[in-house]
Amino acid sequence: MSKRVVIDPITRIEGHLRIEVEVDENNVVQKAYSSSTLWRGIELILKGRDPRDAGLMSQRICGVCTYSHYKAGVEAVEDALGVTPPLNAQLVRSLLNESLYMHDHVVHFYHLHGLDWVDIISALKADPAKASKEAFKYTDLPIATGEDELKAVQERVKGFASKGSLGPFANAYWGNKTYKFTPEQNLIALSHYLKALEVQRTAAQMFAIFGAKQPHPQSLVVGGITSVKDMLSPARLIEWKSKYEIVKDFIDRAYYADVVMAAAAYGTEESVLGGMGVKNFLSGDAFLLSRNKNLFESGIIKNGDLSKVYEIEDQKIEEDVTHAWYKGEKPLQPYDGITDPDYTGFIDGDTVNGPAKIINENDKYSWVKAPRYDGESYEVGPLSSMLVNYAKGNKVVVDTVNSFLKRTGLPVEALFTTLGRTAARMLQTKVISDNAITTFNSLIENIKSDQSTYTQFEIDPNKEYKGRFIGEAPRGTLGHWVRIKNGLIENYQAVVPTTWNAGPRDANDIIGPYEASLVGLKIEDPTKPLEVLRIIHSFDPCMSCSVHVMDIKGKDLTNFKISTMNGGTAC
Amino acid sequence: MNSYDALFKQARLQLDSLSKLSSLKEDPLEVMLEKNHLDRRDFIKWAASITAMLALPGHFTPLVADAVKLADRLPLVWLHLAECTGCSESLIRTDSPTIDSLIFDYVSLEYHETLMAASGWQAEENLENAIKNYAGRYILLIEGGVPTAMNGQYLTIGAQARTGVDLLHHAAASAAAIFSIGTCASFGGIQAAAPNPTGAKGVDKVISKPVINVPGCPPNAKNIVGTLVYFILFGTLPAIDVYSRPKWAYGNRIHDNCERRGHFDAGEFVETFGDGGAKEGWCLYKQGCKGPYTFNNCSVERFNQHTNWPIGAGHGCMGCSEPNFWDTMGPLEKPIDSHLLMGLNATADKIGTTLLTATAIGIGAHAVASLFAKSNDRNNEEEQS
Repeated sequence: MSKRVVIDPITRIEGHLRIEVEVDENNVVQKAYSSSTLWRGIELILKGRDPRDAGLMSQRICGVCTYSHYKAGVEAVEDALGVTPPLNAQLVRSLLNESLYMHDHVVHFYHLHGLDWVDIISALKADPAKASKEAFKYTDLPIATGEDELKAVQERVKGFASKGSLGPFANAYWGNKTYKFTPEQNLIALSHYLKALEVQRTAAQMFAIFGAKQPHPQSLVVGGITSVKDMLSPARLIEWKSKYEIVKDFIDRAYYADVVMAAAAYGTEESVLGGMGVKNFLSGDAFLLSRNKNLFESGIIKNGDLSKVYEIEDQKIEEDVTHAWYKGEKPLQPYDGITDPDYTGFIDGDTVNGPAKIINENDKYSWVKAPRYDGESYEVGPLSSMLVNYAKGNKVVVDTVNSFLKRTGLPVEALFTTLGRTAARMLQTKVISDNAITTFNSLIENIKSDQSTYTQFEIDPNKEYKGRFIGEAPRGTLGHWVRIKNGLIENYQAVVPTTWNAGPRDANDIIGPYEASLVGLKIEDPTKPLEVLRIIHSFDPCMSCSVHVMDIKGKDLTNFKISTMNGGTAC
Repeated sequence: MNSYDALFKQARLQLDSLSKLSSLKEDPLEVMLEKNHLDRRDFIKWAASITAMLALPGHFTPLVADAVKLADRLPLVWLHLAECTGCSESLIRTDSPTIDSLIFDYVSLEYHETLMAASGWQAEENLENAIKNYAGRYILLIEGGVPTAMNGQYLTIGAQARTGVDLLHHAAASAAAIFSIGTCASFGGIQAAAPNPTGAKGVDKVISKPVINVPGCPPNAKNIVGTLVYFILFGTLPAIDVYSRPKWAYGNRIHDNCERRGHFDAGEFVETFGDGGAKEGWCLYKQGCKGPYTFNNCSVERFNQHTNWPIGAGHGCMGCSEPNFWDTMGPLEKPIDSHLLMGLNATADKIGTTLLTATAIGIGAHAVASLFAKSNDRNNEEEQS
C-alpha cells in the first residue's frame, strides 16, 4: 500500500510551495504532486494603469529575482511602442543583469540549497588542519579555508550548537545518511556559507551602483535608464569593477571549487543521480556583450538529444488548467489565456506523519498552470541554458562545461541529474562572471563617443499597441505580454520560469519537471524527506513568480509575433 | 525631571527586568563579538549610530548597548504571507558594519521560512514550539499582506492547509510585540492595489493588537533593526505617526533631506530623462518624484550600505512607504495633479501666480522664488539657443 508524504511549507525558497509524494513499501516515490498555495493577482492589478508603471509594478512579483520582472515589464512596453533604448542603456541593463545573476546564484547555492548538501553539525567533528589541506584538492587557490579561519568558524558554530537553541538551523535533517561530505568537506562549505553572506552584500552593492537599490531597483524607464550620472562617473565605474572582481574571485575560488567537491563526494549517491524525468529543455537569449552580440543563444532540445537544437516557435506554447485552480476547458496560448479562479482546496487524508489536508490529484491542486510546448512539458533554467548553448557549440559555454567535466572526470550525461542541474547553475554563473567585463568594456568604449541613455517617445491615446519581452531570468525563460489601448494597459500577462518547472499535470496526464523529477526516488526516512528537498531546491523554486493571473476574458492577442527569442534576459 | 530623564529611567527599568530573564544562549555578547573579530569599540560605535538614528541624546548610547546585549532574551518569529520575499532579502543585505546581521544571529530567529534549515512538519513544529515556549516573549515580524477574500484561502501554509489569516491570528495571540515589515504587511501592498482581487489587507486591519508598521518596498534594514532595538530598550512601542510608523524613521519627508533639494530650490529640474539636468543630478520633481509626499529616511540612510538610492540613480521616489501608494501616487513617472504641488510643473514655466500657492503649502518661499527665477532663465536660454 502506498503512503503519502506531505511537505508544506517547502522552506528556503521564494514563496509558498507544497510537495506531496506517494511512496511504496520500499519508500520509492511512485507519484509526486507540486502545489503552489498563494495567489496574488498582480497582472490583473496592472490593467488600466499607465504602461510606464508596468515595470515597477510587475517587479513586485518577486523580490528574489528582483529586477527580472522590472526589465521584462519595461522592455515589453518598449516593444509595444516601438522604442529602442540607446546602446548605453542596453549595456547598463545587461550589466545590471550580470550583477543580478552573480548575486542570485551565489545566494541560492549557499543559503537556500547549501544545507541540502552540507551537514553543519558534522562540521563540528572536522579537523581544521586537515580541512585546510583538503581545500587544495578542489582549487589551486582556496578562499576562507586557512586553518585559523576554519577553526574560528568551527568555534562559532560549536558555541551556537551547544546552546541547544539552533535558531534557524533547528530541527533539520542533520545526520541523514545521504549527506555525503566528510566532516572536513562540511567545514569548508560551512566557511563558504558564512563568507558568501559577506560576498552577496558586495554583489548587491555592485548592482545598486547603477540600479539604485537591491532588491527592487529603480533606475529603468521605458526608453532607457535613469542612472546616467552614475554611468558617467569614473569613480562609479571603477567602484563597479572592483566589487565585480571581489565577487568573481569568490565564484572562481569558492563556488566553482565547492561544486567540484560536491561532484566528488556525491558522485555515487543515488538520490542525486536521478531527478530528471523531463528531458526537454527550453532557453532564451541573454546578456548583451556588445552591440547585437549576446552571451547566450536561444533554442530547444528534445528528449535529451544534444545533436539537434530546434528554434522556438512561440505558437506552440500553450497553458493547461485541468489541474490548476482556474476555470478552463482546453489548453490556450498565452495570449488567449483566461484566468478565472476556481479554488477547490485540499481533502482530508492520511500521511506518514499522521492525518493532514492532502491534494486530491483527480481534481485541481495548484495555483500554477501547466505550460506545454507542442503538447510536451519542458524544463527551463540554467541547465537548459547550458545544454542549449553547449549543443549549439557556443564556444565559451563548451569550453567551460568541458573543462568542468574534465576536472571532475564526469561524462556529459552527468549533467542530466540533480547534481548536474546544480552544477549547471554554477557553470552559468562562471560563464557570466567571466564575460561581464566585456559588457563593461563595451560600455566604457561607447561612452567615449555617445552619452545618451534615453530615447524619447509618445503614447498616442488613439492608437492600440501590443508587444512582448521574452528572455532569460535566473530561474529560466521569462515572458511578458502587454496590450495598450487609450494610453493605458489593457491586458498584461507573464509566463515565468517556475511555471514551466512547477506546473501540475495536464489533461493528457503529462507531468511537469518537478513532479517527474521525484518519481523513482528512494527516500531513506519518509518523515524526514531530505532527498526530496534537495531535488526540488536544485530547480531553485520561485513560487510567487510562477503564480500569475491574467483576466483576458477571451480578448484576442494573437497578433503577437514571437519569431525569435531575443531581447536579453530577466526570474 | 525632563522628558529624556523620564525616558532614561524607563529604559533602565525595562533593561533591569529583562536582565533577570534567562538567556537563550550561553555566550555573552562580548564573546560573540570576539569570535566575529569585532571589538568593543566597534560595538559602541555601532550603538552610538543606532542611538543617533533613534533621535535619542548621546548619553543613551550605553543603554542602547545594554539593550543589544540583552537582545538574546527575545526570540523572533518571522511569518511570510502574501509577499515576494524582498523584505527578507533586504534584511540579509544588511551588515555594514557586520554587527547588524549578528544581532539577528544573536536574537534567536525561531522561524523564518527563507532562512531556516527545516521544512514541512519539522518547520511547523519549530513555529509551534516557539509560540508555546516563548509565549508572551517573542517578537512577531510579518512580511506580506493578508489575503482575506474567499475565507483567506488564497494563501494556505502547512500540512493542515491553514490560511494565512488564521496563522496570523494564532501567532499574534501570544506575541510580545508585532511589527509589520514592509509595505505589504503594513498596508496590503501591491496585491491590495485596485481591484485588490484577493482582499489583501495590512496586518493591523486584521488583528486587534497594536502593530508597528515598518513600510517600504523593501524597507531599509536599518529601520527594521532600529525598531527592534527600540522595543528592547524601552519595553514599549515607539512614538508613531498616524499610520503607525515609528517617527524616528518616518518623521521626515524624503524631500526634506534630499541630496537634490538644492536644485529644487534653485529651480533646476530634469526635463527629460537623460538630459543635461539628469547628467548634473538636478531635481526629479517634474519626472514624477513623490519625495515631497513621502515620509521615510531613504535620503539619509540610502540603500545597500549607502551605495545608492532611487533619487541618487536619477529616478524619482515613488512613495513606497505611503499607504496605497500604487493607487494614489501613479502614474509613477508623472507629477500628481491632485497633490500638494498641483500644477506646479504645468505652470512653473509660465506665470508666477503659483508661487503664492506653493508658498502657502509650506514648501518655503525662498525655494519657490528661486525656482521661478531659474525656470524663467532657463526658458529664455532655451529660446535664444
